[in-house]
Amino acid sequence: MSGATIGFDDVGVRYADADGDALRGVSFDVASGEVVAIVGPSGCGKTTLLRTVNRLVEPTSGAVLIDGVDVRTMDAVALRRRVGYAIQAVGLFAHMTVAENVGIVPSLLGWPRDRIDRRVDDLLERVHLDPKRFRDRRPRKLSGGEAQRVGVARALGGEPGVLLMDEPFGAVDAIVRAALQDEVTRVVRDLGTTTLFVTHDVHEALRIADRICVMNGGRVEQLDAPAAILANPATDFVRRLFEGARA
Amino acid sequence: MDSPARAKLLAQPPMMHDLAAHAMQHLILAGTALGAALLLGAPMGAICARSGLLRGPLLAAAGIGRTIPSLAVLALMLPLLGVGVPPAIVALALLAIPPILVNVDLGIRAVPAAALDAATGLGMTARQRFARVVAPLALPVALSGVRTAATETIASATLATFIGAGGLGDDIVRGLQTGNDPLLFAAAATVAMLALAVEAGLGTLVSAMEARR
Amino acid sequence: MNYLATHPAEVLSLALAHLELVAIALAIAFAVALPLGIVAAGASRFSPWLIGALAALYTIPSLALLAVLVRWLGLGATPVVVALILYAQFMLVQGVVTGIRGVDPAQIDAARGLGFSERQLMVRVALPQATPVILGGVRIATVATISIATLAGYVGARSLGTLIFNGLTLHQNQMLVAGSVATALLAICADAGLRALTRLSEARLR
Repeated sequence: MSGATIGFDDVGVRYADADGDALRGVSFDVASGEVVAIVGPSGCGKTTLLRTVNRLVEPTSGAVLIDGVDVRTMDAVALRRRVGYAIQAVGLFAHMTVAENVGIVPSLLGWPRDRIDRRVDDLLERVHLDPKRFRDRRPRKLSGGEAQRVGVARALGGEPGVLLMDEPFGAVDAIVRAALQDEVTRVVRDLGTTTLFVTHDVHEALRIADRICVMNGGRVEQLDAPAAILANPATDFVRRLFEGARA
Repeated sequence: MDSPARAKLLAQPPMMHDLAAHAMQHLILAGTALGAALLLGAPMGAICARSGLLRGPLLAAAGIGRTIPSLAVLALMLPLLGVGVPPAIVALALLAIPPILVNVDLGIRAVPAAALDAATGLGMTARQRFARVVAPLALPVALSGVRTAATETIASATLATFIGAGGLGDDIVRGLQTGNDPLLFAAAATVAMLALAVEAGLGTLVSAMEARR
Repeated sequence: MNYLATHPAEVLSLALAHLELVAIALAIAFAVALPLGIVAAGASRFSPWLIGALAALYTIPSLALLAVLVRWLGLGATPVVVALILYAQFMLVQGVVTGIRGVDPAQIDAARGLGFSERQLMVRVALPQATPVILGGVRIATVATISIATLAGYVGARSLGTLIFNGLTLHQNQMLVAGSVATALLAICADAGLRALTRLSEARLR
């Protein structure tokens, strides 16, 4: 399945229990198969923006579109099965094996057993985990890096057109992190999955994204290709954020 | 179905004014047993917390003690100590020791090592350290064990009627057997209120102590 | 203990009657407590009230509640089963609530994000992971119900308590001791068995 397009149309979010807007007037489009990083300081709204795509957060104004269709018109549960989701804490289901975790969305979608098995093996190989060794392992027996790989494989289980990742490489050390970044980028590019990922690490964004969306205070400061952002930062905020990365 | 100790009781006309006296009796029974359980259970809990050797067996015994039904413990006193108040107090005290022991151990072991270190570093003797650091820090947890023990003792003391020790259980049994519903309901309500009051009172004390820290 | 040796069939039959009372009561109690606990786990305003009410109910001495139920429902097994169901609610509901609330929030977030419906989230993620804690509640409730079911012997239903009460009435110390020891053993075995089961369910999560 090729990647879906994502559209943010003047998206605003205001949480009932907070003063001020979490997001204000966010508008941009993500092309099919594109990898877009959302960067910014904590509290800038990047995670909130990500979570509007699979309706874990509902915008208070504006609309989010997938392949041109407003996500609000779709059933939230059905939508989430078409949209992959991987998070920093991974959240692998502790009572299931690695294979059961990776195959969970296909199983929710009612795929036949043999198709699920093939999908699980294919995804484990793509994230460089030998299916023979890892299929029947419990999450607690995995290293941090292995768990993150399984988390990404699980997110891709149901052949989603869109993959959402929130700090997917946040909990591992620097060396594992670089390897993971390369592998996961290669996997999503091979599959053509449109990918939106949140990170606070500008190096990571520069390394793997086609375009970077810089956010601050719930607004988009700049959205551009890595080279363009480095060459022409739109605001002081963007310049300061990427200052160390220039070298 | 009745013991002769209570056959005499049943011969008396069921009267409501016994209720206050029986409530007092009930409280004395439960209070004495709880006091004895505190005197035995608290030091045993403190020993538990310090002794690696005794801890396992003591906690295992307490675990089994918490499992044995209270009627069985009360009934087993009869062949050993006969009927009346003293065997009932022994049985109730035995039943109240486990929750006190377990929570004293828990409370003492939860005292942060840093606090103990600091106390030693400040030049406290072992006795001062226990009195000024360990005991105050362990008190809320220990007290919540006392609360459990107290509520359970009041409930179990109701069953003491079956071994002729009096208390509000007498009125419940008498009300049931003679069809005296007002007596039955009054006694049941009184004992329920006693249990709830003790539970709530000690509960408030525990939360107040926790809030103070 | 001689009584146990001379009347093994009677003791066994009373032990089975005792277990039957406990099993019926716990089955009904769990069928009530599970949905109640699931609702309470998700309703942070409602749950302290529910747990508080059930705790207060649990605090009422069993003989008092049972006697009142006998006046209302008559002698026999019915008031005993009703009392056991009421007493078990506190520990069972608390087990379900604590178990569900203790599930790793990252796993809940991941499950929602991956497209689990709320029912699937409960059945396939929350409850399997809450199982050891729920079983802990079942264990405590079982021990408590075994203890309270001894009183069945006093209100005209059969249980090991029957031996205790008959022993008290007839001055048969051996009968009384047999009843007490058998009751204690029943409770200790049930406790040990459910502890083992809880450990097994914990091992499944490792």
